[in-house]
Amino acid sequence: MDPECSQLLPALCAVLADPRQPVADDTCLEKLLDWFKTITEAGSSLQLLQENPCLVELLCHVLKPQGLSARVLSFSLRLAGVFAAQESCFQYLQQAELLPGLFGEAGPLGQAAWSAPTVRSGWIQGLRSLAQHPSALPFLADCGTLDTIFSLQGDSSLFVASAAGQLLVHILGLSLQGPAEGPPSPQACDWPVCAQKIVGHIEGSLRSMATPQVTQALNVLTTTFGHCHGPWMQVLWERLSPLVACLLQEDPLPAAHSLVDLLLSVARSPVLSSSDCGLWETLAQTLRRLSPAQAGPLALGILKLQDCPQALRAQAFGVLLQPLACVLTAADQAPGPPGLPEGTTGDSVTVDTLLSSKSACAGLLCQTLAHLELLQPLPQRPSPWPQAPLLGAAVTILRFCNGSAAPASDVGGRLCAILAGCVRVQRAALDFLGALAQETGPQELVTQVSAVLLEYLRSPDSSPTVLKKAFQATLRWLLSSPRAPGCCDLDPDTQLFLRELLPVLRKRLCSPCWEVRDSGLEFLTQVTRHWGGQAGFRHALLASEVPELAEQLLRDPESYVRASAVTAVGQLSSQGLHATAASPEQLGGQKESLLAELLHVLSTDSEGFPRRAAMQVFTEWLRDRHADVAEDTERFVARVLQAASRDLDWEVRAQGLELALVFLAQTLGQPSARCPYAVAAPQATPPGPLAQALRALSRVRLFEFAFRALFDCDRPVAQKSCDLLLFLRAQATPSGGLQEAEGSPDVPEAVLAVLRSLDLEGLRGALAESSDHVEKSPQSLLQDMLATVGVRGENQADCY
Amino acid sequence: MKLYCLSGHPTLPCNVLKFKSTTIMLDCGLDMTSTLNFLPLPLVQSPRLSNLPGWSLKDGNAFLDKELKECSGHVFVDSVPEFCLPETELIDLSTVDVILISNYHCMMALPYITEHTGFTGTVYATEPTVQIGRLLMEELVNFIERVPKAQSASLWKNKDIQRNSGCSMEDGWECRDGGRKTRLLPSPLKDAVEVSTWRRCYTMQEVNSALSKIQLVGYSQKIELFGAVQVTPLSSGYALGSSNWIIQSHYEKVSYVSGSSLLTTHPQPMDQASLKNSDVLVLTGLTQIPTANPDGMVGEFCSNLALTVRNGGNVLVPCYPSGVIYDLLECLYQYIDSAGLSNIPFYFISPVANSSLEFSQIFAEWLCHNKQTKVYLPEPPFPHAELIQTNKLRHYPSIHGDFSNDFRQPCVVFTGHPSLRFGDVVHFMELWGKSSLNTVIFTEPDFSYLEALAPYQPLAMKCIYCPIDTRLNFIQVSKLLKEVQPLHVVCPEQYTQPPPAQSHRMDLMIDCQPPAMSYRRAEVLALPFKRLFEKIEIMPELADSLVPMEIKPGISLATVSAVLHTKDNKHVLQPPPRPAPPTSGKKRKRASEDIPDCKVLKPLLSGSIPVEQFVQTLEKHGFSDVKVEDTAKGHIVLLQEAETLIQIEEDSTHIICDNDEMLRVRLRDLVLKFLQKF
Repeated sequence: MDPECSQLLPALCAVLADPRQPVADDTCLEKLLDWFKTITEAGSSLQLLQENPCLVELLCHVLKPQGLSARVLSFSLRLAGVFAAQESCFQYLQQAELLPGLFGEAGPLGQAAWSAPTVRSGWIQGLRSLAQHPSALPFLADCGTLDTIFSLQGDSSLFVASAAGQLLVHILGLSLQGPAEGPPSPQACDWPVCAQKIVGHIEGSLRSMATPQVTQALNVLTTTFGHCHGPWMQVLWERLSPLVACLLQEDPLPAAHSLVDLLLSVARSPVLSSSDCGLWETLAQTLRRLSPAQAGPLALGILKLQDCPQALRAQAFGVLLQPLACVLTAADQAPGPPGLPEGTTGDSVTVDTLLSSKSACAGLLCQTLAHLELLQPLPQRPSPWPQAPLLGAAVTILRFCNGSAAPASDVGGRLCAILAGCVRVQRAALDFLGALAQETGPQELVTQVSAVLLEYLRSPDSSPTVLKKAFQATLRWLLSSPRAPGCCDLDPDTQLFLRELLPVLRKRLCSPCWEVRDSGLEFLTQVTRHWGGQAGFRHALLASEVPELAEQLLRDPESYVRASAVTAVGQLSSQGLHATAASPEQLGGQKESLLAELLHVLSTDSEGFPRRAAMQVFTEWLRDRHADVAEDTERFVARVLQAASRDLDWEVRAQGLELALVFLAQTLGQPSARCPYAVAAPQATPPGPLAQALRALSRVRLFEFAFRALFDCDRPVAQKSCDLLLFLRAQATPSGGLQEAEGSPDVPEAVLAVLRSLDLEGLRGALAESSDHVEKSPQSLLQDMLATVGVRGENQADCY
Repeated sequence: MKLYCLSGHPTLPCNVLKFKSTTIMLDCGLDMTSTLNFLPLPLVQSPRLSNLPGWSLKDGNAFLDKELKECSGHVFVDSVPEFCLPETELIDLSTVDVILISNYHCMMALPYITEHTGFTGTVYATEPTVQIGRLLMEELVNFIERVPKAQSASLWKNKDIQRNSGCSMEDGWECRDGGRKTRLLPSPLKDAVEVSTWRRCYTMQEVNSALSKIQLVGYSQKIELFGAVQVTPLSSGYALGSSNWIIQSHYEKVSYVSGSSLLTTHPQPMDQASLKNSDVLVLTGLTQIPTANPDGMVGEFCSNLALTVRNGGNVLVPCYPSGVIYDLLECLYQYIDSAGLSNIPFYFISPVANSSLEFSQIFAEWLCHNKQTKVYLPEPPFPHAELIQTNKLRHYPSIHGDFSNDFRQPCVVFTGHPSLRFGDVVHFMELWGKSSLNTVIFTEPDFSYLEALAPYQPLAMKCIYCPIDTRLNFIQVSKLLKEVQPLHVVCPEQYTQPPPAQSHRMDLMIDCQPPAMSYRRAEVLALPFKRLFEKIEIMPELADSLVPMEIKPGISLATVSAVLHTKDNKHVLQPPPRPAPPTSGKKRKRASEDIPDCKVLKPLLSGSIPVEQFVQTLEKHGFSDVKVEDTAKGHIVLLQEAETLIQIEEDSTHIICDNDEMLRVRLRDLVLKFLQKF
């Protein structure tokens, strides 16, 4: 600690210990604690305490019943823990009777302050910090500390309760890691006292069968198995697994979710899964025992395990597929759903759950679909993957939801009544259907998928969120559709689908609901980006009136829609698909060019989103050398930069720099690898004579723009400008480039001079620092804290 | 209590409730779907419609060719359109005391009932209902009267022809009747129901006379009917002034739910709470398109309108002059700018267009909260005022006159009648039907759009079906019933099964416990609850004379001797006449003959007999061989030696012994010891 701080510390400790001097705010104390942590990590705590006796005095104050504020109490407890983390210091504080005082009955534990959650939390965190060395264990075991922690597991504050559980895990780990070599003996009497007490408590809780206690015990165990990897884990599990197995006999099953978490945590633990501790049998039993909704997460967890018996995996996959099997059976005349793994038939429990209530049905189906969606891309997913039945199930669910499925049975009829119009399930099923697009399926099913997607896109009853999902799923299926063999164009089925899809898109772009117009435009952008080059697509799109509508939406009243329209129209134009015919209301008048229209958006739109979108489109156009841009690139860049420099939105200005960088690269050559803003296409434009290039930059007023941005009040803009100028300097100075430039009379020499004289590296370093780096020194923290004392109350203004 | 069902149409109900000596008609809806069987009435001479071939049978017999015309492969009646009236024979309608109207669509048959059945009662309705109902009737009369039709067809309705049309044989075209070939009507005429009740439209005079019988009421107003029942209108949220009705006596409550809506459109929201605790809930007027959600349909309407107009086409919206049109105009008000339609003219053509648009703005107290608050700003509650001001919306009484000068295309026209059989809409169908650029968008759910379009086929114009029906759907009904918990639900039979076209949609029917009772046209339903109680007043002097005795804490009893006086459905207990003063001789004798001697009053007994204690008492009194058997209703105490049974039940005790009166009296006195007397 530097002498200045040492000098300030006694005064600060005095302030903290004085109950009449309220402390300004928690963040100061947090920063102070962080500072002490850094100091103790670097050096000896004992020495620190000895050199600064005021700290010990502060801790002693806590023992006096004089009503310190809860904040300071909590801080002091945590501070003591930070110091005591070092064994020498721990012993020093022990000898001073400070630790038993702070953490035992005599301390805050017995005082009124204990009712404040922050004090209880500080107490736990203090203990958590000090429990770093074996000598802390007897201290923890002796003073009834463990019993207090046990009771805090049920604390009314969730933070305290959770921290208490974490602390138990930590203490258990510490005590079992012990100095002894090899795994501990399975005999409990040989274990350290702390471990005995904790394990005893867990056993007691598990035996109690009361849901809160069981949940606490299971959570502690879950964390233990998740974080600790000693050989003793196996011993611990062998000891506790019979009790866990006993839980499975209970009806109703207490704390089912926590039980699932524990079993998965144990199964993932490398120590255990490799050896058979009856774990697989327990997992199998649990799968059978849990209700369908509870079993889903367990089944998914099992399937994600790297190595686990094939039979268990099959069982888990069966459980996961159950609800979908029920749906398929309900819709099909066939006795069993074809293609699902053997043994997966809709069992009566699952059927009952599905039919019990609308919320239960939607909950189970959504969960199942989400689980399968997660599983689908994983390498360890079950093989063979039942793509066809899954597709069938997704389509059937969607059909039940929109009432178009003809149910085959009574169950189907009731399912149909429950699911009709259920938006939640519709969204989940569309997401799942989209995920399934990564693989194809039997042609007949793919046709059904297209049909159901069209039904949803067409239906006036589809809610805006469902429509969005339907568009997303449609896009994924479209992009995965196979190309016709020997031909680079779209296959006939896709062509047919497009012909039906585009009128729907056209109608959706006219929707009175802005969310729908927005998702329609997003879809158009994406599909054009991928298929803009396909003749079939181009032909269908140009015949569809969709491009005209998209352009009309540039004048939409909703800013999000305008932004999406800018992006869509920009994309269409990049692909040469921009509407060429004038729309009816512009008949007679000279049609404005799209470039002019987007520039108009950039300079006049009242909202940020459309302007940002316009800048992105311009950058992309410049990068791709769009025809309208290539006509007169300099004029284009000059106009865009001029508009961007005046913009109030920093993202627009930052995007302006992006565009400037692209122009720079095209004029001067590629930016070097260290520049993170490398342009994508590696087109090696041979840099012309430097002077000529610089004159071009000057003509588009790029320097003006960049220098102004360098001192922008928004840091990202300044940073970006700094990068740009660094790149410019690197391009202009090396290998005699400068000499060449000097040789020419009308070179913007002034610019280069400025570039050379600026400490750009230094500026970049300063900008990389966080905004408060100047004021972050510990000394200023102490000074601030001292300064706020006494003036509090007079100075309430927010000084941010 | 009985319900007479005079209409089978679920959304155009007409039921009569007999309840506590009152006869109450609930709505009198007019089924206008019958007009679909008639040829359209063109406003402007239409060569196409006037030169249609007469219909003749396969064998060339053309005796109906004056009445029936073939048009676009269908056969229509060439006559003034007729409407299907509610049953008039099921109950003597002159006995109806009051008619309760729930909304303006459900009063269109009123003139037929009030003017032609001997009806002498009162009609109750809210003010907007009456005013807008009058507009609808005025429009209807105007539409039909301004195109006078020379002929009125009646031959086709002849009973013989109708009856034989009903009997089917082979291909349904003919059948043998007593050896004589009888001509049969083609479909759909042969399927037309209740043809005998079809009537021509009423006149304006009849409308005025009918409306003069209406008494205006406000929401939650309590109206006493003959002291027997009280009726109360409640806001139903469906249309301006639309109501549901509560009909209740002191101990019974019947709720009548007609067109109601839970959506936030322009009317005041529905009052659900007041429907609670009903003994019977009569449920009619649910949405006719349960699968279409109104929001989605409005979106569909706007999108299609925009697409048509963008391509230079015209949009025709056949509609009623009030109701959903207000909401549509409001949606368009917000939408036209975003869709770039600001320059497109909107025309609203109806004889009552002006009144309808203006009326809507003055019924502030009947509007939803948002619109009410606007009035205080002050702003017109509906934005169509601004559309009119900015000349975007123009209204005309008919296509004749000013309209033809202002008419500009492409445009959007709102006009009636939604059946496409009369009104200005007929003209626009003829005018625009041939171009595929134009679109007709159906928003009213009352008519099948395919049937409405039948006489205009082949049609190049695009047809979009966006029925907007804001009335309750089955999910909302199921929530409503859970909330208000009526003991019994009565509804049209259509609501107790899924729609025929979607027989698998079990969600599209009423699902309640006990199952809803259903009715159909011309059925009489005995409503399933018994009246158990009646309120009776006690005159103060009689009440003074009573001497209550407390038999349980909080419960006192007193015997009452009085004369029950009943008049005007009020029951009063009056003190009994004093016994005549004793006189002498013959007179006295005669008097005593006149007034029968009151028997000596036996004390009334109450309480229950504790069997164990009773047995102990028996034993104390020397009965030694007492046995007790439990029975379903109580106990039997057996005295074996005396061959005697004592049956103790909840409400009676019998002592059965063989001719031993002494023993019986002894036992009776022991029993009485356990009971209270007063």
